[in-house]
Amino acid sequence: MAKSSSTDAVTLIRSLRSAYAATPTNLKIIDLYVVFAIATALIQVVYMGIVGSFPFNSFLSGLLSCVGTAVLAVCLRIQVNKENKEFKDLAPERAFADFVLCNLVLHLVIMNFLG
Amino acid sequence: MASPPDLKSGATLRNAFGGVLALFIIFLIGVLAFSIRLFSVIKYESVIHEFDPYFNYRVTQFLTKNGIYEFWNWFDDRTWYPLGRVIGGTVYPGLTLTAGTMWWILNSLNIPLSVKTVCVFTAPIFSAAAAWATYLLTKEVRGTGAGLTAAILLAIVPSYMSRSVAGSYDNEAVAIFALIFTFFLYIKTLNTGSLFYATLNALSYFYMVCSWGGYTFIINLIPMHVLLCIVMGRYSSRLYIAYAPLVVFGTLLAALVPVVGFNAVMTSEHFASFLVFIIIHVVAFVSFIRGILSPKMFKVAITLVLTVGIAVCVGAIAILVALVASSPTKGWSGRSLSLLDPTYASKYIPIIASVSEHQPPTWPSYFMDINVLAFLVPAGIIACFLPLSDASSFVVLYLVTSVYFSGVMVRLMLVLAPAACIMSGIALSEAFDVLTQSVKLQLTKLLETPPNAGDTKDGSSTVQSDVVEEDNKMIDNKTEFVKERPSKKSRKKDKEIVEKTRSKSRNQKRLMILPLEASSVAILLIVVLISLYVIHCVWAAAEAYSAPSIVLTSRSQDGLHVFDDFREAYSWLRHNTEVDDKVASWWDYGYQTTAMANRTVIVDNNTWNNTHIATVGTAMSSPEKPAWEIFNSLDVKYVLVVFGGLVGYPSDDINKFLWMVRIGGGVFPHIKEPDYLRDGQYRIDAQATPTMLNSLMYKLSYYRFVETDGKGFDRVRKTEIGKKHFKLSHFEEVFTTHHWMVRIYKLKPPKNRMKEKLKKPKMTSKPLSGTRRDESAKRNPWQ
Repeated sequence: MAKSSSTDAVTLIRSLRSAYAATPTNLKIIDLYVVFAIATALIQVVYMGIVGSFPFNSFLSGLLSCVGTAVLAVCLRIQVNKENKEFKDLAPERAFADFVLCNLVLHLVIMNFLG
Repeated sequence: MASPPDLKSGATLRNAFGGVLALFIIFLIGVLAFSIRLFSVIKYESVIHEFDPYFNYRVTQFLTKNGIYEFWNWFDDRTWYPLGRVIGGTVYPGLTLTAGTMWWILNSLNIPLSVKTVCVFTAPIFSAAAAWATYLLTKEVRGTGAGLTAAILLAIVPSYMSRSVAGSYDNEAVAIFALIFTFFLYIKTLNTGSLFYATLNALSYFYMVCSWGGYTFIINLIPMHVLLCIVMGRYSSRLYIAYAPLVVFGTLLAALVPVVGFNAVMTSEHFASFLVFIIIHVVAFVSFIRGILSPKMFKVAITLVLTVGIAVCVGAIAILVALVASSPTKGWSGRSLSLLDPTYASKYIPIIASVSEHQPPTWPSYFMDINVLAFLVPAGIIACFLPLSDASSFVVLYLVTSVYFSGVMVRLMLVLAPAACIMSGIALSEAFDVLTQSVKLQLTKLLETPPNAGDTKDGSSTVQSDVVEEDNKMIDNKTEFVKERPSKKSRKKDKEIVEKTRSKSRNQKRLMILPLEASSVAILLIVVLISLYVIHCVWAAAEAYSAPSIVLTSRSQDGLHVFDDFREAYSWLRHNTEVDDKVASWWDYGYQTTAMANRTVIVDNNTWNNTHIATVGTAMSSPEKPAWEIFNSLDVKYVLVVFGGLVGYPSDDINKFLWMVRIGGGVFPHIKEPDYLRDGQYRIDAQATPTMLNSLMYKLSYYRFVETDGKGFDRVRKTEIGKKHFKLSHFEEVFTTHHWMVRIYKLKPPKNRMKEKLKKPKMTSKPLSGTRRDESAKRNPWQ
């Protein structure tokens, strides 16, 4: 049982990797960006766990900045993905402009909240 | 199908014409929404209404005078004496900032309007905006026709009108607009999947958070809808784009508003959104994996992920529960709890229960406030299910939750009103759609023209009839709503004809055909129903909801009587007392006293400190001497009571007295409610209990009352009063208004005689006798 599930897992990972290798480079870059943002968020959470959350608005703005960036990047990825049929008539330039606008608003708010 | 290009150009022309007409109708709806709310200004005068608006008015005055930075740091020492109140950090600033900005823009354009004028007309302006927002929202759900119908219904719905007549300068006036507009942008984002609208949605949500505590409704309703969509298997990437950015932005923006602050991440009201935020990420990830894997491998993945995923979920839920348990507010705030458990407030928080707008509504109030919409709503729900889209499921969910909330508190009828209007708009629009279509088809058959040419010809004839109806509308404003509906429906139908392929639409039309007689009668009946609604709304606007409650009128055989006692009393205070004198009254009149008389009050309508209110309640329900001691310890110079016994004004202090006893007794146990009741009955005649007859409130209300008619007949309670001839030992009457509605008493200074002088040092060191020292310590914690 355990062996079968482990072989399953191996084949799964292999097929995942092969499927992912087919993704266009620009999507891979976005993925990397998302992973980076999430990793930064995790580091902040760990730091908060060790040191404490005293300037709470600083912690909150740091964390939400990372999470917000990640979420927006995911949205961008959804929109520029060619395989996604829902956004066929949305130009990637338009999607990117929206993304930039959102980030601008997000970071203006965060700068204001930072204290 | 003779000449498709011809048809196409005709259709575009018709569409363009329809667009212009719709725009014009929308404009008229705005004018209607604005002007129907001016009854209060015409019938009375341009004044601020009721209680809370006076506070908002005062804050706006401060803002326009001192600027925004002073406003954020404003510590108000003229209220809650001796505690004071930090206004900047405890007020929802949306309304004030809106009116302040409007005033500032007008002034920089050299239009010198007073702050008061701007404040009075803020609510009507925003209700026009709310009607437009309703149009946009309903259009997003069900097309232009339904949008216009819903907008008209909302423009005149009595429930919303009751909170937004000219002069009713309260948070709800702008908040309902913000609510509807946020919902519109959410639906828009959901339909288009555009990040741009998601940003706008977050900003609109920010405005809502600024304006009203009811923003928690949004931040719980939208997650509920997202969850519903996921459960129904309607997850799409548009849903992700609509929701995930909103949570991040919304939390950050809400935390920017001082009155919310860290509550945006600390209290349970907001936790639902975080939970759904996690869930939607899990779902999004799963659907992503499903997209890149073959179905067979996906099955394998699912079995693996499920085992791991369930463990993770359990962990996450455990963490969440721990967070809830350890959050400083222990979960939910009192007002939210009283929403979930309707009996909560009356059991634990008398101060919430004592406000009449926090009571559950009665059935007549539903009829009064949304009238025929109550019957149209079920039809609208059915229409929303055919076919069910993300947007229509959202509207249904909004309706269902708001029906529940309106059943808990009368005040939240306001949230129900837009939902009911949208639903009824959809229902009416669908009904007219079917009926006019069948009439039209049968008429063409009667005229015996070939069906192909008939369709186009008929379309143009409807447009012509539109023009005629439009003219009628210009002439007669009141029948407007009745008449324009058919025209709108036909326009929507035109659009549909254009959109659908012709054969398909003909098939559908055949299915929807009703007999000519039946459909024309049905149209007639619906028109009658709607005209009933219009008549009711105009009546409600003119008679029921326009009274400012600061000026009262009554009609009798010998003409109209105006009771302007409140302003008389407040201006007496303003002109005859020292600037720093403290005035004690029940908290209902706190805002008005600070705003109109500019005197310091002990408690006001903000009710943030229950103990302080209980102190005043205790003083009012105590006999004269202890009451004098309490008031004296609070530096009170004047006591103000509202008395309606002479003219029959029912919401006076004697009728509110039991709440004073209850709230006072909740903190100071020596005040017991049964002492004031004879056999469980509240009475002020000869049968009343001695505690009641000796209480300060009774004495201040009925002092010298017997001199008016010789018997002391109270017209509110419809009895003769119990104790008629008595003197006041510690208070003296300084002012009573023309109709005796407001009576102002001054505290007598401590007696100056030898006997009292000997006692006095003792009095100052120990204010009360030994047996009651504990209570006095509790009563005056600041001494």
